[in-house]
Amino acid sequence: MTQDVAVLGAGMHPWGKWGRSFVEYGTVAARAALADAGVGWSDIGSVVGADTVRGGYPGYVAGATFAKALGWQGARVASVYAACASGAQAIAAARAQILAGLADVVLVVGADAAPKGFFRPAGGDRPDDPDWLRFRLLGATNPTYFGLYARRRMAVHGDTPEDFALVKVKNAAMGALNPYARYRKRVTAEEVAASAVVADPLRLLDICATSDGAAALVLSSMDFARRLGAARPVRIRAVSTVTPNFPNTVLDLPDIATDSAVAVEPTGETFRASIARAAFEEAGLGPEDLSLAEVYDLSTALELQWYEDLRLCGEGEGAKLLREGATAPGGRIPVNASGGLASFGEAVPAQAIAQVCELTWQLRGTAGERQIAGARVGITANQGLFGHGSSVVAVR
Amino acid sequence: MPHTRTPAVAGWFDGEGDGFRLLGTRCSACASVHFPREDLHCRNPHCTGGPLEEVPLSRSGRIWSYTDSRYRPPSPYVSNPELPWEPYALIAVELEAERIVVLGQTAPGITVADLTVGMEVEVVPGVLDEDAETAWTTWHWRPTGVTV
Repeated sequence: MTQDVAVLGAGMHPWGKWGRSFVEYGTVAARAALADAGVGWSDIGSVVGADTVRGGYPGYVAGATFAKALGWQGARVASVYAACASGAQAIAAARAQILAGLADVVLVVGADAAPKGFFRPAGGDRPDDPDWLRFRLLGATNPTYFGLYARRRMAVHGDTPEDFALVKVKNAAMGALNPYARYRKRVTAEEVAASAVVADPLRLLDICATSDGAAALVLSSMDFARRLGAARPVRIRAVSTVTPNFPNTVLDLPDIATDSAVAVEPTGETFRASIARAAFEEAGLGPEDLSLAEVYDLSTALELQWYEDLRLCGEGEGAKLLREGATAPGGRIPVNASGGLASFGEAVPAQAIAQVCELTWQLRGTAGERQIAGARVGITANQGLFGHGSSVVAVR
Repeated sequence: MPHTRTPAVAGWFDGEGDGFRLLGTRCSACASVHFPREDLHCRNPHCTGGPLEEVPLSRSGRIWSYTDSRYRPPSPYVSNPELPWEPYALIAVELEAERIVVLGQTAPGITVADLTVGMEVEVVPGVLDEDAETAWTTWHWRPTGVTV
């Protein structure tokens, strides 16, 4: 078990389609996090950015871009790319610097201006890239993988499209209460059922949109927090960044095939479950200790999968847990009190950071109408393309 | 009619008619099968590695899951934007001998309404897209015994 780091500040730019630069979004979120922390920009010893592609420059940029926008002040800098797990891995890098004594207080920022419609691979003729290949050979978009998982759940566990729709209904109701969410309207099961099929059996309202957005955190050593007068800050207790174990037997984005299990017997633990287990082990906590969870609901069906991977219930019992109301506000373990990606949409480098912002506000008891009463322990869960794990445990 | 048939990707499949097969590689040390083919090193972390040999994969397997694509996928998928979008289905197929799941499009005419999880399907040659000179070939999955 490692030492805690303090979450001194959390900030976001509202999510939506704003048509502006990711630098603007990130800077707004960073300034909000700094103000929330009561820390001046010039006191920040290190900046870690979660990467995005900047138009006109064929590379991934973040940390130094935000540092420049905020005004060069000589801080240490790092930039992290891990697809959807970029934000969590930026938090991991910041935490490692703090625990190693390289920096007392670190600014973590993730921001993006997402393209419209389906995500697509970078251009050119690149048959050595699995992401390029799945589009070129199969036209397999992200939602088609979500559709495969959803259909598999229906066949193996007996989930129904009505179960999936209930996830959207629940998350939209919470998103309606979140001023940072892109979608702030309640949704009915009938509206989900009436939306167009995107990837059978999933419909438009089962699948999260793409969005612009930004989120930022100010993290520090516990000593720095005490010197600042933050007596009982929210603390990050674990950050899981694990890779899968061979053989990975669940077909995963962006792969065309699984690993073969001929030579090595699979353990029975999926990649997603191993991400959560590593976080619990590092935190010295278990699912029974949780007050709430923020999970990566790229699709409604995928949220049910995370219930099982986080061991909130047994395998195949996700839909039952949902139907019982356990994952709704007031339930045993509310999930996606923020409204989730269903309400925010995807802004890839920002979302894992945004999940921790929500935990921070919930654990402080400042989440307003969304507040989960008595929240003490929260977990985030996310997964990045190409085998990037991402889960954060925070406590108060 | 196109003059030549060219694989949309080199070295992943071969053969005609009933002899059509996906091609993977097998580690001579641990017997792990890799698809798409792995020609550098075996990816089993417990394996010290041995020469990788090309092997044809099983011709048929069972459906792990399936879905379809009701909206036109973006580039580099090639489709004619002048024509109305025709959804195609995708099937993930479990191959028993190789203990691997392989994704692929269905043969033309097969829709999600024709499929169930666990159903047996077989691999058949297909065309991904074509222009005046070239038909770009690929693999398709089709319920066993069905001809459309």
